[in-house]
Amino acid sequence: MTSALTRVGRSLAVLLTVLILTFAIFYVAPIDPALRMCGKPCSPEDLEAARGFMGFDQPWFVQLGTFLAAIVTGRTFGSSDVVVECAAPCLGYSFQLHQPVTALLGDRFPISFSIAIGAVALQAVLGIAAGALAARRQGGILDRIVTGVSVIAASAPSFVVGLLAVVIFALGLGLLPSGGYVPFTESPVDWARHLVLPWATLAFLNGAVYARLVRSSMIEQLGLDYVRTARASGLSERRIDRYALRNLALPLTTLIALDIGALLGGTVITERIFGLPGLGALLLDATTTADLPVIVGTTLVGSLIIVLANLGADLARPLLDRRLAVGGRPPATTTRSDSTTQETTS
Amino acid sequence: MSTDDELLALRDLRVTIADRTIVSGLDLSVRAGRVTALVGESGSGKSMTALSTIGLQPRGAQVYGSATLDGAELVGRSAQEMRRLRSGRIGMIFQEPAQSLSPVMKVSRVFRDVLGVREGLRGRAPVEVRTRELLTSVGLPDSARTAASFPHELSGGELQRVVIALALSGDPSLLIADEPTTALDVTVQRGILDLLTRIVEERELGVLLITHDMGVVGEIADDVVVLRDGEVVESGTAKQVLAAPEAPYTQALLSAVPRLSESLERTDGPRAEDPGGTESDSAPPVVRVEGLSVEYYRRGGSHRALDDVGMEIRRGEIHGLVGESGSGKSTWGKALAGLVPAHARTFELEGVDPRGLRAAERRAVFERVGLVFQDPASSLNPRRSVGWSIGEPLQLAGGLSRTEIARRTRDALELVRLPASFVSRLPHELSGGQRQRVSIARALVHEPALLIADEPTSALDVTIQARVIEVLREAIEQTRFACVFISHDLAVVGSLVDQVTVLRQGRAVEQGAAREVLGSPQHEYTRALLESVPDPERRLRGGDGGAAA
Repeated sequence: MTSALTRVGRSLAVLLTVLILTFAIFYVAPIDPALRMCGKPCSPEDLEAARGFMGFDQPWFVQLGTFLAAIVTGRTFGSSDVVVECAAPCLGYSFQLHQPVTALLGDRFPISFSIAIGAVALQAVLGIAAGALAARRQGGILDRIVTGVSVIAASAPSFVVGLLAVVIFALGLGLLPSGGYVPFTESPVDWARHLVLPWATLAFLNGAVYARLVRSSMIEQLGLDYVRTARASGLSERRIDRYALRNLALPLTTLIALDIGALLGGTVITERIFGLPGLGALLLDATTTADLPVIVGTTLVGSLIIVLANLGADLARPLLDRRLAVGGRPPATTTRSDSTTQETTS
Repeated sequence: MSTDDELLALRDLRVTIADRTIVSGLDLSVRAGRVTALVGESGSGKSMTALSTIGLQPRGAQVYGSATLDGAELVGRSAQEMRRLRSGRIGMIFQEPAQSLSPVMKVSRVFRDVLGVREGLRGRAPVEVRTRELLTSVGLPDSARTAASFPHELSGGELQRVVIALALSGDPSLLIADEPTTALDVTVQRGILDLLTRIVEERELGVLLITHDMGVVGEIADDVVVLRDGEVVESGTAKQVLAAPEAPYTQALLSAVPRLSESLERTDGPRAEDPGGTESDSAPPVVRVEGLSVEYYRRGGSHRALDDVGMEIRRGEIHGLVGESGSGKSTWGKALAGLVPAHARTFELEGVDPRGLRAAERRAVFERVGLVFQDPASSLNPRRSVGWSIGEPLQLAGGLSRTEIARRTRDALELVRLPASFVSRLPHELSGGQRQRVSIARALVHEPALLIADEPTSALDVTIQARVIEVLREAIEQTRFACVFISHDLAVVGSLVDQVTVLRQGRAVEQGAAREVLGSPQHEYTRALLESVPDPERRLRGGDGGAAA
């Protein structure tokens, strides 16, 4: 077992690797951000000045160091006459949007957060319920419906499902707005109305994974000895469902954490379809306009969220299954059949 | 058979799954204060009988005939009614205590749910009091610690007591115990059997005991029903059936049970005079280890699985390693095969110390070691033919033509008394005993100097177990390899080995000629082990003498 401290250390290493890789791509890419700023016509002297202004005249490792230092201390861009401030924590400055990257991220994050929280909650609840029901009626009509729908959901492209949802519920029935975002602080009701379709779209697509996982694991759990003991003791089938689901807490938590991480980092296609200006939309715009500081910043924050979600899931594991606890009492071994494996592997 | 004090009565009980008859026409009674044993080998339908009685038969199973509990018919009741019956009148214990409880729930939590259903108890305080009371009554004095534990924090014996306590909640009149001690060490088994006997006496409840073990039957059963392929072969009181079995099958079952007393008489058999015999004394022993220790590192420290042990085995000799789980016997076998890192003062296989050799040479030394494991079902590749599996070690070694490999595969099959036609079969087409013989053939095909057999018969029925041991014995006599035979079963070890080491917590407590160690044990642990061995005849003799008498 690795300690919590080792895990945190590993997470930091992952983040640093991501940063170095993004910087590397930055340098390999045939794009010169200074060229855009320089204007037309651009003399070599002007280009050099623009590079100096943006801090691109340094070797890459110096830039990396400056970037890292700026997260703590902030930084200023510019020459002697024009100065641009980027306060700590500074993740770079978008010379196209004339804003620090952190400010851009701060504007967009609440939107991605709203999408992620609702979608994950919905997909987990629907997926787990559908999977459990299917497992209980294995081979029955309900099971076949759940299995069939989850195959479709798992293989359908998100833009098809999202556009269908817009066409049917927004344009056809006129029940919900087809896109846009209203901040929660402005009107909670409008906030939710605008998010229902993206939530449902994501939940439909991702919930299939939950349904399949829960279905197969439930079937496995219901065949185990502890379920037989519970039945023999006269416990109700509803109670037994809870016993089985309790044993699925571990894989489900991991899945939920991964999904939160992935959705918080931005859903490019879904945000596009529903006109939601979240992190995914920001990244997409930055890619089309070659706004490199924004790409680096968004990628880094996205990775940070995913790494944090993973770390959270890792740290929660021993709480959900005490057999994984560090420094817990070692497993006692007196039953014959499992003694060999337990003793030699632990 | 009078029916006055009859608690559970099965009359012409039949179970079928998809037109296949599992149980055909079973008659059986359990009386209050008595233990009825339902005996049979795997596949005889004994567990299916128990599950069908309490409405837990698998989906698709049809139950016919009659099963009455205190006169009330059980067959044909709704699932809801059966659940109500189970929750009050019937308690059940299963084979694998380690898997009988949900691994992510504390014992106290399970008791809270079960007591709520079986005794209608609500609220923290009364549940806690009753939990402690039940746990204490099954011989778990530190009931507070037990209740606060997760299953993995308890030993197998403790867990089985917890399950028994659960089964006793609600004060049932019938207890069904399905192989309750099969997964436990002998000394632990002894404790559980004593507990069951005490429960029957104190609570006047009836027990339906399902077992394959005639020793367990002899220890606690009052009545016996012998089942074979779903049909009753013989039934009567335990005394009658054990002392004078009428059916040939019962006689075969009983005679297949290895008995220490008999096996010790045998030991002056062919190999006992070997050391002075034809083997050249100048040749180095196959195994010579001294001061062998193995340490496993786990979180926060290390665990010494083997502590300063040693052995010497010559060609044609069988050395038995006995001990309970966790004693280090499997570790010893693995250390000899080079599978775990070990420290030793002396470590020689056929006079060569593999330590310090280069990787290729070291591999050549350990290639002279063959291995056979406990579960034949999982040690053969299910998609490969028997011939392929047996020949694989030769193929890996390389340098042999295809015809040569085929010839040696046939020889190996012949050595374990299987027909050459078996080469094209797949593992699932074989019985458990045949599969284990294939595993032995596979281990012997490259003519090893040393065979390590780790519990090779523990997963097998007694009649099959006897045959596998016979095959192993013949193979050793024929090709004269050395053998390390690892087993928890003292009677099996006694019937086969020349030398024996008794292990306890990684230390050798006693070592020497099998007849001496098992016949007149010096160490109290060896004596305790020997006395715990269940014996079919114990009660026939009035329950006085130990197994080693």
